[in-house]
Formats: sequence, C-alpha cells, structure tokens
Amino acid sequence: MVALTGRQSAAGWAGCGGKGAGLAAAANPAPQRNTGRTPEQEIALIERVCAGEKHLFYELIHPYERSVFVAAQSILQNEADAEEVAQESFLKALSHLAGFRRESKFSTWLVQIAINEARMKRRKDRKPLYDSLDKQNTDDDGDYIPKDFADWREIPSESLERNELRKALQGALASLDDKYREVFVLRDVQDLSIAETAQSLGITEASVKTRLLRARLQMRDALAPGYDGAWSMGETQWKKVRPW
Amino acid sequence: MPIIEISCYHVWREISNYLEGEIDPELRRRMEEHFQGCEHCLAVLDGTKNVLKLIGDGRTFELPSGFSDRLKKRLESELG
Repeated sequence: MVALTGRQSAAGWAGCGGKGAGLAAAANPAPQRNTGRTPEQEIALIERVCAGEKHLFYELIHPYERSVFVAAQSILQNEADAEEVAQESFLKALSHLAGFRRESKFSTWLVQIAINEARMKRRKDRKPLYDSLDKQNTDDDGDYIPKDFADWREIPSESLERNELRKALQGALASLDDKYREVFVLRDVQDLSIAETAQSLGITEASVKTRLLRARLQMRDALAPGYDGAWSMGETQWKKVRPW
Repeated sequence: MPIIEISCYHVWREISNYLEGEIDPELRRRMEEHFQGCEHCLAVLDGTKNVLKLIGDGRTFELPSGFSDRLKKRLESELG
C-alpha cells in the first residue's frame, strides 16, 4: 500500500468520483499552469483511467514528470535514485488512483507519494556515514543572519543557458540541510503553496514559513558575489566569483 | 502617521513573509521605508528575489535525458 499522510490514508480511498470531486474545478475553471488542461478535464481523465483506459495514464501524469522527479531529487540528491523513485511513485499512483482524494490537487498528491517513496528509500539505503549528517538536521529553526551585504548585481535569467549557473544553483541547493531543502524545493522550485507544502511534508504551515526563511537566505548567501570576500576587489573579481 | 523604524534584524526575520505577501500593511510600509535607507537589507532583498526567480525557472532543473521514454517503457511493461 502506498504510504501517504495520516489524513490521506484514513479518508483518501473514496474511489473514482468520490466526495469532493469537481469542487476545485468549479472554483477555478481556467487551465492549470503547465498542464494545458482545466481541473475538470483532469478529473475526467482520471475517471477514464479508473474506468479501465489505462493507456491514458501517461497522458495524465506527463505534465507532472518534472515535479515528481525534482521532489525525489530534493530528498535523495542522486539523479539515478530520484529517477527510480519517480518511476515507482507513478506506478503507485496508478495502482492507487481510485483512492485519490479530490480535495487536494492531483499534482500535490503525486508529489506526496514521491516524497514518501524517496524518504523510504533514503531510510532503506542509509549507511552509517549518514548518521553524522543527520545530526545536522536536528538543528533548531533559529534565526539565520545573512552573511553577505554587498550590493546585489542581478543575475539575468538568460544566464541559465549556461551550465555553470545551473550547477551553482544546484550546488547551493545541495548545501542546504534536508529539512530546509525539502521545503524550499516544494515552495520555490515547484511553486506549491505554503499550505500544500505543509500538507506534502506533514508539517505545520508555521514550520514551512520558518524553514523557508532560512533556506532562502542561505541560498542567497551561497550565490552572493562577496561571500569569499572578493567582492571588494572590483569588477575582475566579480567575474571570477560569478563567472556567468 | 509617522513610520516607526524597525531594525535590520527584524527585517531579516520577516523578509520571507514579505516576499510571500504575508505581512500586515503597516509592517510592509515600515519594511519598505527601511529598504529605502538601508543598502544592506536592500541587497538581501534583491538577492533573495533574484535567487527565487532563477530557481523557479524551468531550465534550472531539467529532467535527465531520456527520462520520459524510460518512464513510458516502464509503464507499458507494467500494464502489459
């Protein structure tokens, strides 16, 4: 059985057309971001898959491939493991689709499955080496003081075409402790709401906000030009520190 | 009504909520006033906004090459 949160596992198996179906669609008939379909169309697709048209399942989950992969990657920090977990998550979603609770978004439900699967894999694969790293995760959510106050020169989005900036962003993300990284990825990479992030991770919205603050400030410091003190040395050093 | 000044420390604690739009109008006004006169906090704000813009860009985290094909094959083999 797929591992879901307590709330979801207790009441989430209502079957296709379960209570709450269509509520989201009525509230927001516009196409969902990145899916090209309305919530009503998505529900119709889910019902067809549930009714036996399994070949439509890939069409249903295709817009969420990246979300599920990135959620798994945020926990496992290994591309091959994240892909394996993403595949397993989609298979779990298929076999438990009739239990999808319509009160949450389908995308959120998929991400929850991926998070649970990734956490299970992490626990299963855990080596003694990780014990010391885990202790870092028991840090409290105390205040984080920014480290770099140099005037920020904007990094344009066009720079993302350059692999070195993408690597720098991914490296900065990898440097965060698990609990900060997970929140940051769901809210700021996946664009889940605060409430959806809390629901997906099984934590309170207040915890999401506290962890988000630290994650955002740490990410900024990791990409700041003057982090190593070279900022004050001028334009040449700027380019050395931020080569994109 | 005069704006009551707030400290840099207070600004850092609220900067994430500020970006979320989850602070009351009075605090927002005080923070905006602070940003006008504090280049350090403005640098923190600008940098954080920039990071969020970059990290939310679909190009930052792309799927591994061949991911979709492998997933489709796996689903097909499971569905028979």
